[in-house]
Amino acid sequence: MQTQPASAPTATETAPTTGAVATLQALVAEGVDTIFGYPGGAIIPVYDALYDFQEQLNHVLVRHEQGAIHAAQGYARSSGRVGVVLATSGPGATNLVTGLADAQIDSTPLVCITGQVFAHLLGTDAFQETDIINITTPVTKWNYQVTKAEEIPEALAKAFYIARSGRPGPVLVDITKNAQMQTFEAPPYRPCTHVRSYLPAPRVRREYIERAAELLNQAERPFILWGQGVVLGQAEQEFKEFVEKSGIPAAWTILGVGALPTSHPLNVGMLGMHGNYGPNVLTNECDVLIAIGMRFDDRVTGRLDKYAKQAKVIHLDIDPTEIDKNVQTTVPVWGDCKETLPLLTTLVEPKQHSAWLARFQDYTAQEIDAVIREELFPTSEELTMGEVLQQLNELTGGDAVIVSDVGQHQMVACRYALQNQSRSHVTSGGLGTMGFALPAAIGAKFGAPERPVVAVIGDGGIQMTIQELGTIMQTGVDVKIIVLNNQFLGMVRQWQELFHQRRYSFVDIQSPDYVAVAAGYRIQGQRVDARADLRPALERMLAHPGSFLLEVMVTKENNIFPMVPQGCSVAEIRLR
Amino acid sequence: MERQEYNITAYTENQVGLLNRIAIIFSRRKINIESLNTSPSEVEGIHRFNIVITETEEVVRKLAGQIEKQVEVLKVYYNPNADVVWQEMALYKVPTDVIAEKALVERLLREHGARAVVIRKDYTVFETTGHREETDKLVQVLQPYGLIEFVRSARIAIIKASDGFHRKLQEFERREPSEDVAENEFLNEREDVFTM
Repeated sequence: MQTQPASAPTATETAPTTGAVATLQALVAEGVDTIFGYPGGAIIPVYDALYDFQEQLNHVLVRHEQGAIHAAQGYARSSGRVGVVLATSGPGATNLVTGLADAQIDSTPLVCITGQVFAHLLGTDAFQETDIINITTPVTKWNYQVTKAEEIPEALAKAFYIARSGRPGPVLVDITKNAQMQTFEAPPYRPCTHVRSYLPAPRVRREYIERAAELLNQAERPFILWGQGVVLGQAEQEFKEFVEKSGIPAAWTILGVGALPTSHPLNVGMLGMHGNYGPNVLTNECDVLIAIGMRFDDRVTGRLDKYAKQAKVIHLDIDPTEIDKNVQTTVPVWGDCKETLPLLTTLVEPKQHSAWLARFQDYTAQEIDAVIREELFPTSEELTMGEVLQQLNELTGGDAVIVSDVGQHQMVACRYALQNQSRSHVTSGGLGTMGFALPAAIGAKFGAPERPVVAVIGDGGIQMTIQELGTIMQTGVDVKIIVLNNQFLGMVRQWQELFHQRRYSFVDIQSPDYVAVAAGYRIQGQRVDARADLRPALERMLAHPGSFLLEVMVTKENNIFPMVPQGCSVAEIRLR
Repeated sequence: MERQEYNITAYTENQVGLLNRIAIIFSRRKINIESLNTSPSEVEGIHRFNIVITETEEVVRKLAGQIEKQVEVLKVYYNPNADVVWQEMALYKVPTDVIAEKALVERLLREHGARAVVIRKDYTVFETTGHREETDKLVQVLQPYGLIEFVRSARIAIIKASDGFHRKLQEFERREPSEDVAENEFLNEREDVFTM
């Protein structure tokens, strides 16, 4: 074996390194500062190496691997960087599956590193062996099993490149224990910049930009739909310039929220099943629909054969399989919207669509009368979820990162939370993973430490991952938690009320004393069930140094409206 | 839109696990793969999948897109049968005495272009290549004469209008040597290794 060079290795020299150390060196070289993980037998060598890397890598010890991956998602979503997860083989690895599926459908860049049994034991049903590569194939953008230490640097370089480039997504690298322990001559780390079988973004074709601009310039009632692609492409500024020059009203999907501030005059609201009235109804009246970085999810489109049939459709997306997947386009614009939007902005004529914009405003006024006013400023005795968000908006001014779980409170948070800037709302959009918010909020705070992070969670969702209060306790991370407790699995109850003759089948869920549970984890808390106490409690929560849990008792049987019932067209949206 | 047979041709890297990644694109949508063949291609180090399914053009287009989206897939084409030249191979095992004794069988085999691959005292193996209807026909013909075993290969297909993949490869990436397939080298070392 070579003797260790006395000086630091130069660009061409190799150094004897264990696979475990090479793994951590790769993370440091990729600029990783925080990892979320949980140790176990098959990943012990990496944890042993981590003992000496504590200066460079902040390891957050979670309470369950699902918590680790949701935290990494929260980190990635609030920071725009790659979230990193470390877990052991077998159950450690399978506990990541929900988070992988969530990150895959929501295009979140993650690198998950799992330990695996020794290579010679693969396929023997060894202790804590599971075929995690095949289990995770449908829910990863890419995955790879490493059985030799020499493969580690290149595999991880490729993993980071694939996770963050093109349409981002989760990748998983499974490293057998022998590969972690093996010593090899490690070359200096080389980041990956090219995989020949992989085209992250195409060369933009000008003729399609020109055709799109031509359609927009002729349009009388154009309408912009934007999604998370604008955020993932870091194209918020380019998007704003396009919207402002073209003067076209723009509506958002729940993952696109905040790319244009809520208060922007051309931001006409939220799309979809529980979105705003105008954007849904007028989808079926616009003459040109331009979709930017969104994928026409069924929760956005409702019934497809009655969706925007009158409109010519322009679709900007980096993923060519999204174009014409659900909605037939007139002009496809394949590319990174960071590149395509400025080209389009140059070609569109500056316009103001005042009369058309006024129609959105008319619908907003109707929605305020029918739904919003009573939700945000209720006259009823009981508290509503909406008024909690309204009070929160008034106190934070829209500067907080909101992390919402899944269900009624999620729709309320998406509809009513003020957003001044991008990356201010982390939620599980595509997969709808209950239990997402508490761990995601922890990660979001590590990803945006300078911003207040407020998790808004229902009484169902918080009980799915409540053990992560332990992570908050141990790390001291400052996360404000609002539990909106309606003593029901509210969204399912709403469907049972509206579509299943009020047969409330197993939606009546009991809660523990959340303030006492929080106290058990040495987290301060308060429970509120009267309107007079709400504002002071929120003020106390926000002013409190460190984490705080605020439980708010809200109306038991409140419904989220407007609503596009399943199987209906967006134009059939109901206000009540 | 009408369902018909489509031939999907995928050029890929040679990687462990890619077969599964491609197969689940079909199984996720509950679509049956009628025939699947993996082989080398005209470009060294690049693998070629031939997949046959019966679906509408729209479904096939979306499937092809999903396959091409996989990181280790370079390019995917899909063609109806009219656009490809294809063959399947079939093997038939029949008792030798029947062939030897019945002149009719010998004539039938000749008519179907079957060639003997192995002749033994007890059995003979014949081979034909052709389209499915052709290879199927011989099964029916041989059935009354004691067909012992029959097997047919996956379809292999050449695209009529293709110039090959060499030029295409240069179009969207610089030419690099193919990576070696990293396989598990440790499976036969169980006795030599101490594990916890």
